[in-house]
Amino acid sequence: MPIHAKCKLVKKEKLREDIFKFSVESTEIAKTAKAGQFLEIRVTDEIEPLLRRPISIYNIEGNLVEFIFQVKGKGTEILKEREIGEYIDILGPLGRGTFDYKNKKNIAIIGGGIGVFPLYELAKEAKENSKVNIYLGFRNKELVLLEDEFRKVSDKLVITTDDGSYKEKGFAIDFLKQDAENEKIDGIYACGPLPMLKAVQSFAKEKNIPCQISLEERMGCGIGVCLGCAVKVNAGEELVYTHVCKAGPVFDANVVEI
Amino acid sequence: MNTEVNLAGIKMKNPVTVASGTFGYGREFDEFIDLNKLGGIITKGTSLKPRPGNKPPRVCETTAGMLNSIGLQNPGVEYFMEKDLPWLRQFDTKVIVNACGSSIEEYVELAKVLNTLDIDGVELNLSCPNVKAGCMAFGTSYEGVKEVTSKVRKVLDKPLIVKLTPNVTDIVEPARGAEDAGADGVSLINTLLGMSIDIEKRRPVLANNMGGLSGPAVKPVAVRMVYQVAKALKIPVLGLGGIVNGNDVIEFMLAGATAVSIGTGNFIEPEVSIKAIEGVEEYLKRHNIEDINSIIGQVQMN
Ligand SMILES: Cc1cc2nc3c(=O)[nH]c(=O)nc-3n(C[C@H](O)[C@H](O)[C@H](O)COP(=O)(O)OP(=O)(O)OC[C@H]3O[C@@H](n4cnc5c(N)ncnc54)[C@H](O)[C@@H]3O)c2cc1C
Ligand SMILES: Cc1cc2nc3c(=O)[nH]c(=O)nc-3n(C[C@H](O)[C@H](O)[C@H](O)COP(=O)(O)O)c2cc1C
Ligand code: FES
Repeated sequence: MPIHAKCKLVKKEKLREDIFKFSVESTEIAKTAKAGQFLEIRVTDEIEPLLRRPISIYNIEGNLVEFIFQVKGKGTEILKEREIGEYIDILGPLGRGTFDYKNKKNIAIIGGGIGVFPLYELAKEAKENSKVNIYLGFRNKELVLLEDEFRKVSDKLVITTDDGSYKEKGFAIDFLKQDAENEKIDGIYACGPLPMLKAVQSFAKEKNIPCQISLEERMGCGIGVCLGCAVKVNAGEELVYTHVCKAGPVFDANVVEI
Repeated sequence: MNTEVNLAGIKMKNPVTVASGTFGYGREFDEFIDLNKLGGIITKGTSLKPRPGNKPPRVCETTAGMLNSIGLQNPGVEYFMEKDLPWLRQFDTKVIVNACGSSIEEYVELAKVLNTLDIDGVELNLSCPNVKAGCMAFGTSYEGVKEVTSKVRKVLDKPLIVKLTPNVTDIVEPARGAEDAGADGVSLINTLLGMSIDIEKRRPVLANNMGGLSGPAVKPVAVRMVYQVAKALKIPVLGLGGIVNGNDVIEFMLAGATAVSIGTGNFIEPEVSIKAIEGVEEYLKRHNIEDINSIIGQVQMN
């Protein structure tokens, strides 16, 4: 069950000029959060900017909840200025669609760009009982993130850059495809840019591998009442709109239309 | 201290309700607030048959506000009566159903169904800017509002509140149409038609191109319209548009509203409605006001 609370910012780390990692204290959120869930963060007590910002949970550690965000516009611009010791207004954990990795022995996690954040908690949890392959794609060397962190929670880590400026050249999905030829993979989990998600979705379908993808959509409320964050899903014969904040953000790749 | 008001025959323990489309059917907020404390809950716009809604993106933030083009997605009245209404009725609060249709016949059929339900009133939505047929098409003229309202009135015995669109030249005209057709009250404002452009893509942000503006940005427009309508009509006004605290509630009531709804504010702060009720009580105490009804319409114009 989600809570609404002001959570103390206890750690703040700059991962890159425009990317920040925040650790906030919340026993309640830490206790109930599942991999794949997100938070709705109010960046200021003022009326402007008005809406909360959806940010994924990156990691849960004891009573600490961690999230990583890229500075994009006015909301994240304000958020990055918040200082240690201040309290951040958070609604969460949100989303009923979460990563389901139980009973999987060999999983593949694939992420692209800033879409890699929600995959860390999943990898960490899954690693306890499963073999975890992780494939992360970035545009170039400067944009590579969290390599060491993901290495620790994986059995195999492949980093790719589109231009070959670091590690493997090419798209992460191609390396996943190669490995799937030689190893058994019984679950794929993806988050990242839409073209990547589409490629993963069609590959999983073709090979008949269960696959979950994490989606983003513009949100009003984050709790399922405004019906703003619509996404099309297959309900039997027809396509109907459901909502990313409530039914997602993680969906079965077979049912969503992206 | 009395905070009870009588809105169009609906006796509410306080004047604060939550606005249609911003509170679902209440379930999500049960996790954050005590629904028993609300004056009333106005449901998501509900139609005779389920409606799929519009293509995403459906929402976008604007300065002190937001645009939405949800397109009245809802599961239909049958689903509501089976699944949501029994659940809602366990709370000690008034339940008002926001009703929408795409033709007069549909409004009438829906009203017939609603008339048989255990609800406290109907808010007739003649003002949604986000669907092609119906709704706002009827809501912009005296004649249009009068025609739909009087046909619905014939089949509906429950308190009938007509929700008006602000997207008109003179808000008093459609309001008079509702009153002349026998409505028990009017509510205003629904959202203001707006548009937001992504300057990098040179395209509107919303898939529907245009959408309805709500939130604090619209409040002065809403207060003005509530004032004009309350002054011109005999039936009570449910005021809304941009309310986020108790002071805003008082402002609408001074302008002439008998009760208010809080919409977009619920997205910012799930407890906003409860805090607004507390804010109203503080104001009354501070000014030694015994009965909240004594402030309705009491603005002194310059
Ligand atoms: C479920 C979910 C999880 C997310 N997780 C993360 C994360 O872990 N780290 C991270 O850096 N970003 C994440 N995002 C994207 C993040 O929400 C946006 O980058 C952020 O809202 C931008 O806000 P802003 O004020 O800086 O930008 P602005 O451009 O000023 O924002 C204007 C409005 O658009 C919305 N918006 C802008 N971009 C997006 C987007 N991509 N998705 C949804 N809404 C958007 C904002 O929320 C705001 O309402 C996530 C989005 C969703 C939906
Ligand atoms: C996401 C969203 C959905 C809405 N859906 C409805 C609806 O179904 N029926 C209706 O009459 N008004 C609907 N409205 C309008 C609100 O009820 C209200 O009239 C308007 O938002 C102004 O109030 P506010 O500024 O407090 O939000 C909706 C508004 C929003 C933001
Ligand atoms: S953001 Fe409101 S329903 Fe998802």
